Amino acid sequence: MTAALEMTGVAADLGGRPVLRDVNLRVDAGEFAALLGPNGAGKTTLMRAALGLIPLRAGTVTTGSAGYVPQRHDFTWDFPASVEDAVLSGLVGRIGLFRRPRVAHWQAAWHALDQVHLADLRKRPVGELSGGQRQRVLVARALVLEPAVLLLDEPFTGLDMPAQETLTELFTHIARERAVLMATHDLAAAAYTCDRLVLLNRTVVAAGRTAELRDPAIWMRTFDVGPGSHLLKALALPVPTEPVGA
Amino acid sequence: MSPWQFVADLANPDLAFLPKALTIAVLSAVMCGVVGCYVVLRGMAFIGDAVAHAVFPGLAIAFLFSGSLVLGGTIAGIVTALLVSVFAQNRRLKEDSVIGIFFVAAFALGIVVISRAPGYAGSLQQFLFGSITGIPDRDLYIVGGTTIVVLLAVYLLHKEFVAVTLDREMARALGLRAFWLDLILYVLVTLAVVMAVQTIGNILVLALLVTPAATARLLTDRLAVMMLLAPAVGAGGALIGLYVSWSWDFPVGGTIVLTLTAAFLLAHLFAPRHGLIARLA
Repeated sequence: MTAALEMTGVAADLGGRPVLRDVNLRVDAGEFAALLGPNGAGKTTLMRAALGLIPLRAGTVTTGSAGYVPQRHDFTWDFPASVEDAVLSGLVGRIGLFRRPRVAHWQAAWHALDQVHLADLRKRPVGELSGGQRQRVLVARALVLEPAVLLLDEPFTGLDMPAQETLTELFTHIARERAVLMATHDLAAAAYTCDRLVLLNRTVVAAGRTAELRDPAIWMRTFDVGPGSHLLKALALPVPTEPVGA
Repeated sequence: MSPWQFVADLANPDLAFLPKALTIAVLSAVMCGVVGCYVVLRGMAFIGDAVAHAVFPGLAIAFLFSGSLVLGGTIAGIVTALLVSVFAQNRRLKEDSVIGIFFVAAFALGIVVISRAPGYAGSLQQFLFGSITGIPDRDLYIVGGTTIVVLLAVYLLHKEFVAVTLDREMARALGLRAFWLDLILYVLVTLAVVMAVQTIGNILVLALLVTPAATARLLTDRLAVMMLLAPAVGAGGALIGLYVSWSWDFPVGGTIVLTLTAAFLLAHLFAPRHGLIARLA
């Protein structure tokens, strides 16, 4: 297996405040990994560090190329752009300064739209799309660069159930060729669908297959919850018998 | 006055200032229309207003020392845009507060400076509300050249401006220099505004920047169409406004602005698909 994304001993700050410390993480090609943790655990910061958007205080990031799918509200949906325009904007760096997109660039955008099953909507204004369709536009925009690893930042927020399931199928499919790392708050769905879970709270608390993470103490430490938490019951973890910690 | 007579007046050598004013009004409306599309889509109308007011001290100083108004205004506008960009990096202050501080300060400086000029009340009114007389021939070349520069810059950097507007963070991840692109856009806004100040006036120039682009946005969901419609609306408004102002002796800046506002209201009512009438029907 080749690592599509490898982070070694990474530390990073946000606004001068240390957020991540000693993060070790590896996602392989063909793997669909979930990044789980409470708000403020550093999930988005980890992705931004992997993309090289923020400086590392320590450690190294190795990746062939990373495609980023930000949270949906980061995109200006009322902009007068069509679906294909939005996807093409993912190539702006590759097309180069002062140059216009050529046929090959449009074909790459259409190919990416094929992969997310939006080919028939390519002329539609982005403002007229549903939440699930918008999410797929952002995925296509990241895929257009043929990244080795796809970083998804809470793609399910605000989406209803059929939309979430369609997207999960899409991500599983994409993960057959590439690596996918998805930050999410939907723990149960992640435990069910993802190949591997990465539990993050400022650092990687634990990582492994769902079956390997049955110890409730790991989850309690990551999410800072007590032994009576709904979280443990929802994941059907064994009830802790002895008090953990002090 | 009939439109035909207006054309005759335009050709009359005794009224040579009239075609000059028309040329400058139309060219600056074209520039403002194109650049205004970004201003409207990015929701930066306030910085447009700020830059428009910030050119005032430059105009005042140039006026006082008989320098080039266009050059003075451009320098003052760019200095203000720079100050706003730099001070807005401070996370404790939101950008609109920084803009609020600097554009009023610039305007105040302009008023203080121009009070030193003899007969300042008249020139003040000319700066604030525009005038079609007293435009030197040299300004025609400056405005023409600036139009070419602004349109060329937009043509070359269009996809970068779009990418930064669509998703700033992603644009940075793709290697674009968002700060520099913002600054270039501010400079383009400044240039378009300065060219328009002379005919339409300092206070009203914002209308040239925002109204045609907003009108075009109501009429289309395609950016390319919007960026052709906006300068067309602006140029049409400048032409009709000047004609009405000349015929009935209204102030030119105010008439152009009201013409553009009428176009906006018409678009709001009758736009296909999203207009008020289309939605009620």
